[in-house]
Amino acid sequence: MNIYNNTGPSVRHILDLDTFSKADIELVLKNATTMEEVLKRGIKKVPVLRGKTIVTLFYESSTRTRASFEQAGKILSADVINVSSSTSSANKGESLYNTALTLQAMKADIIIIRHPDSGAPNFIARHLESSVINAGDGMHAHPTQGLLDLFTITKKLGSVDGKKVVIVGDVLYSRVARSNIWGLTKMGARVVLCGPRTLIPNDFLNGHRAQEGHPFGGVEVETNLEKAIENADVVMALRLQLERQRAGHLPSIREYSQQYGINKAKLSLANQNVILMHPGPMNEGIEIESDAAHGQYSMVEEQVTNGVAVRMALLHSLASDSNHPTNSNSNKEIGI
Amino acid sequence: MPKSLLFKNGRLLDPKNNLDTVTDLLVSDGKICEIDRFETEPDNVKIFDATGLIISPGFVDVHCHLREPGQEYKETIETGTAAAAAGGFTTICAMPNTIPPMDTRSIVDFVTAQAKSSGLVRVLPIGCVTKESKGDELSEMVELADSGVIGFSDDGNPVHNPNIMRQALLYAYDLSLPIINHCEVPELAVDASMNEGWISTRLGLKGMPNSAEEVMVARDISLSELTNGHVHFAHISTEGSLSLIRDAKSRGVNVTCEVTPHHLTLTDETVLGMKNQRGKYEPLTPYSYDTMAKVNPPLRTERDVSAMIEGLSDGTIDMIATDHAPHSTVDKMCSFQEAAFGISVLETALGSILKLFHENLIDLSTLISKLTCAPATFLKSNLGTMNIGAQADLTIFDPNEEWEVLSDNFKSKGKNTPLETTILKGKVKATVYGGNIIYQDP
Repeated sequence: MNIYNNTGPSVRHILDLDTFSKADIELVLKNATTMEEVLKRGIKKVPVLRGKTIVTLFYESSTRTRASFEQAGKILSADVINVSSSTSSANKGESLYNTALTLQAMKADIIIIRHPDSGAPNFIARHLESSVINAGDGMHAHPTQGLLDLFTITKKLGSVDGKKVVIVGDVLYSRVARSNIWGLTKMGARVVLCGPRTLIPNDFLNGHRAQEGHPFGGVEVETNLEKAIENADVVMALRLQLERQRAGHLPSIREYSQQYGINKAKLSLANQNVILMHPGPMNEGIEIESDAAHGQYSMVEEQVTNGVAVRMALLHSLASDSNHPTNSNSNKEIGI
Repeated sequence: MPKSLLFKNGRLLDPKNNLDTVTDLLVSDGKICEIDRFETEPDNVKIFDATGLIISPGFVDVHCHLREPGQEYKETIETGTAAAAAGGFTTICAMPNTIPPMDTRSIVDFVTAQAKSSGLVRVLPIGCVTKESKGDELSEMVELADSGVIGFSDDGNPVHNPNIMRQALLYAYDLSLPIINHCEVPELAVDASMNEGWISTRLGLKGMPNSAEEVMVARDISLSELTNGHVHFAHISTEGSLSLIRDAKSRGVNVTCEVTPHHLTLTDETVLGMKNQRGKYEPLTPYSYDTMAKVNPPLRTERDVSAMIEGLSDGTIDMIATDHAPHSTVDKMCSFQEAAFGISVLETALGSILKLFHENLIDLSTLISKLTCAPATFLKSNLGTMNIGAQADLTIFDPNEEWEVLSDNFKSKGKNTPLETTILKGKVKATVYGGNIIYQDP
């Protein structure tokens, strides 16, 4: 798998899905299926990453993403060290650069980073020999979320190709949306962005996408949720940060919820087999109503399980490569 | 040490005097003494063979940052003026965003004294518009003018309050000094770190729309009309600003503006990183988020760059200024959001902008005028020419020599350039200040 086609060092990183080809994504999903089987075993442990060290370096709070990576690493027998901004030297003013160098000096094979600044994973990947996985950076990307969402859709609907996927809410600030737009368009989905214009990036509104070669030329924008949701195969709700109201994007959370909150009634406008996804954590009652969040269409819990399988697949590919830069192990399917 | 210097066989380019001819130039007692062919060399004269080189008046930069006092780890007056000399600049204007800022006579006097003792070139200070550049109360402009400031600016802090801007223009009117404004409506640029557009969207960085600049340009044009005060727009960067200023000038409004070498030559795609030369729609790499390309105003689009070049040619843009903003490594060795704004420009300015001449976008004389007589006119000084009897400030350059930008070789402490390892065409070979060769290309 050509996870990262770097012209420089022979290190592979997972920074965003823009570097993934359709074939790369298909391979990850295939390997995730294998990993899913491991997850179902009575004894969830395989020795493939024994002796490998994985560090999760989180500068933002996280429950599911961090636990998911930790679980994935531990099932594969890697040693997983969790460093978070509350326990790291960040509070002592140590720079990201120096912290990353320190972790590398401790021989971390893979550094999984979450950071409030877009591009922080690219920055440390530029300077480190270790592999870097982006676990969410600012408004930029959340590639493992994108992959687990693709895995979820593929499992449930058979494929992504041709499916109408509506991403609802705060696209402007959402790294989940950005990675999903890359992944979904590569896999042939029809992507519709839905939200108030104040929460859609201007570049999606100003006609620039009509330019030749623009990767998101086919992405649609529909600000009316009822229209957007018509015939949808997948509805993805995004988390709404409450500070958007204060920043002037919204008159009130109440009005947002009325216009863009996903509930059972609105879902009835979609395809009969529609699935509802949310990257979590959910603001129930704001962007998603309880009757939808825990209803028959909801994939929210499956997404979490699928996340572990996808991350196992990615960790396996990266770690088995890290000692052998020219090893094409990651181009192969995994057999465990 | 001979007191006279004879430049032989150079192409003398003095846009102010419409001089463009290959001849000799004699400098004596620090002044330009004679421009003519010397069949025999006078006694006790040092010869400088300028064959194949252009000799122009020393460059004048109305906008740079010397960081002293307060941030000497980024630059000092000594290193900043050495960088100026290496870039062909013999006069530079220092922005007041020092620590403490140049809002009182004592700070200005300190800068002037430091420049006299450790500076290689002429340093002209710019005073603050408001106390501590906070935008609340006017600084003591009369005293600052007495101490020699050439204008007033709150530098990176736009004069946000339109009433303060109005009062500043009125108060400075009798001093015959401009208010230099960095135009940016802060509310339209909250947490923004680059131009707003496709590149910012895909990088997930908050962008500054062109409107953030244009709204304040429009405001200041209106306030200039209201007060007759002189507004000088620092480093304009957008097509819209240009058309506002073009329109204002055609109505006789008292406004001037400058553009930087980077806004004439680079776009926001530079943020994608030097190694990413595959185009703006291709995958990012670890080299993306190039903090060296983080500058304010941000690098804009192709369309804006074209507009800047057109504005330079048609005279809407009065002059080129570097906005030299040196930073230390730690200021740029971080995430893009966290990185400092600014580029170290003095030593790459000429090589960058000669690109416009080499690509036939502007003629050489016009281009050089924007670095010499045009900024000198703005300063109401007789610098920037090669008049007989004028102080011999000269820049000698080879317009065709190609060289690789290596920041390790910079005289500036600021190694922050997005042009690292770029090949530029056009190199400063020597700089003469007051009749002395203060820089010579090794």
